[in-house]
Amino acid sequence: MDDQIESGIVKKFLYINRRAPHGTIYAHEALEVVLIGAAFEQDVSLAFIDDGVFQLKKDQDTSDIHTKNFSKIYKALEMYDVEKLFVEKESLDKRGLTEDDLSVDVKVINSSEMKKLITDSEVMFNF
Amino acid sequence: MLHTVNKSPFEKNSLETCLRLANDKSSIILIEDGVYGALKNTSIEATIIDAQKNYKIYVLGPDLKARGLDKNSLITNIEIVDYNKFVKLAVENDKIQNWL
Repeated sequence: MDDQIESGIVKKFLYINRRAPHGTIYAHEALEVVLIGAAFEQDVSLAFIDDGVFQLKKDQDTSDIHTKNFSKIYKALEMYDVEKLFVEKESLDKRGLTEDDLSVDVKVINSSEMKKLITDSEVMFNF
Repeated sequence: MLHTVNKSPFEKNSLETCLRLANDKSSIILIEDGVYGALKNTSIEATIIDAQKNYKIYVLGPDLKARGLDKNSLITNIEIVDYNKFVKLAVENDKIQNWL
């Protein structure tokens, strides 16, 4: 693995997020892993499917539930060269959300395109 | 009776089962990821509006705020309550059933 990284092999990493934020630790943990992975200069994409789309909702404010407001980290991903965020349109529709409800620039894609994204990925991490 | 639901209706069937089994005139409070059940324009909106004929539905404000939601995101006549009102509801009702 070390040799591969040093020799510059780049793989397509896909982090698949399917859980709502705050109620469970999955969304927050996914971000931690993404940031660690970002250090290895891989071709990183994030997919938001099902309740995962709620992670990107604008205006999250956890001050009254006294937990860390990690939603701000999504806006910082760009600084770590994590710029490819894909959101499934069908998941947004089912939840009454539109692209305007989201806090960061994303590419909204349909299920067929999401299927292709997953098919074309080489390494998947699921949260 | 007061029913609490803390799971997203898009991931778990806790809310669906609550609505099937709660006695008429019950109160239901959506907390934690359960608050997503109060959103308008969703695939389950019609179910919730229909349930409002039988139940008074509340949603916990701090959990909404944490998720970037407010009264503009909600189905009408779902009442947003704070922690004090939640405690009051718990005390006023003879029993509490938690749909986890």
